[in-house]
Amino acid sequence: MSWVTQTLASSLGRKVIMSLTGLFLCTFLIVHVAGNLQLFKADGGRAFNEYSYFMTHNPVIMTVSYLLYTSIVVHALMALILTRHNQASRPVKYAYQRPEANSPWSSRNMGILGTVLLIFIVIHMRTFWYTMHFGPIPMAEYDGKEYKDLYKIVLEAFSNWWYVLFYVIAMGALGYHMVHGFKSGFQTLGLRHKKYTPLIEFLGVYVFSMLIPALFAAMPVYFFLKHVGVIG
Amino acid sequence: MKINLKVWRQKNGNAAGKLVDYKLDNISPDMSFLEMFDVLNDELMHKGEEPVAFDHDCREGICGMCSMYINGRAHGPQTGATTCQLHMRSFADGDTIIVEPWRARAFPVIKDLMVDRSAFDRVVQSGGYVSVNTGSARDANETLIPRTIADEAMDAAQCIGCGACVAACKNASAMLFVAAKVSHLAVLPQGQAEASIRAERMVAQMDAEGFGACSFTGACSVECPKSISLDHIARLNREYLGAKITSEAV
Repeated sequence: MSWVTQTLASSLGRKVIMSLTGLFLCTFLIVHVAGNLQLFKADGGRAFNEYSYFMTHNPVIMTVSYLLYTSIVVHALMALILTRHNQASRPVKYAYQRPEANSPWSSRNMGILGTVLLIFIVIHMRTFWYTMHFGPIPMAEYDGKEYKDLYKIVLEAFSNWWYVLFYVIAMGALGYHMVHGFKSGFQTLGLRHKKYTPLIEFLGVYVFSMLIPALFAAMPVYFFLKHVGVIG
Repeated sequence: MKINLKVWRQKNGNAAGKLVDYKLDNISPDMSFLEMFDVLNDELMHKGEEPVAFDHDCREGICGMCSMYINGRAHGPQTGATTCQLHMRSFADGDTIIVEPWRARAFPVIKDLMVDRSAFDRVVQSGGYVSVNTGSARDANETLIPRTIADEAMDAAQCIGCGACVAACKNASAMLFVAAKVSHLAVLPQGQAEASIRAERMVAQMDAEGFGACSFTGACSVECPKSISLDHIARLNREYLGAKITSEAV
């Protein structure tokens, strides 16, 4: 299997690992945003809590979730390895550079954007994932069955203005990360053709860098506005 | 025109270098950028100083020797042109122009603005050829190739190996160069037979030379004097991954 390790250790192989983990994380975004839209349902959080129960007890979802955690770790570690390698490829820097003349800002700052997202993921998982799994968490009862009331945790977390602001900023970083990352994932795999590249670019810009981050950001903003009483 | 220059001066690969200021008074806007450097060197020699070492050869944009990083851009502010095709009319009277050598671990400075680009030669030596005799120019015309394919190969074959892609890339990646060399042979029948092994060997050599990985910023293609498309990088990725899965080298 030496050819496998050799391939994955090459600069192209490392980018393939970035691409596959990154694109897998993109599919997760769709599921995550779609499921969490239930937060907007005016039922006191029942739909969301039942959904949370399903997501933490379904064996298929649980298996995929471990793949997801692994992808995040591998994506971040490989990014670190690649960044160090890339920086070492130019030991003496230019005295004067005008990179804005030849490339978009997001494409040159994926590492910074990714770091913001990693910090976000850690804080986000501490607030919700950790509380859901290890508590303490209040309970809610629907039709005689007990559910962990994650909805209440959401309400509490998003009553904090700085926590809401942090989420909105992180979703901005997600948008910029996606605008370059989504299409680049396909480029790395060699999937570039006039038949489908326009569709990939459309999805990357309008769905992954605008629609999805906007929907995510709308959640903390909505609950904060509810909390301060601007909306009912 | 009056021009203020800040030029990178470095005695040799081991010495420390620095930017040195020069003032030129009688520069014609019709001069090429390299002719401006000829004037500078003429003045330096008359003063008994060491002239600035810089690479140049054909001075008509086809040899790939000239290699200056001018005001933060590879080959200066123009697109689709080499340094020798840049003219002083692209600058304003009294401008300050910063001139540095290509910066990359794989392109060590030899002296002043000259860098050693033999890493590119070694990448080509590792697989950028057809290993059997395909005949003379006349024989090439016997193998008919559809126009669109021939054009595609030619678009890639335009690469003059100047290294602007490496110089412009934030990662000092040579992907556009390697992609151009892999692409122009891979789409032609004479080159197709060895397409897999070529991609494998050239990528391995590219990595061994210490170039960075591709972040797909697109800077290479913008700064390329021949405007070689990122399509070729996608093809290199395809060729390489396909080769890794199918080739005989285990």
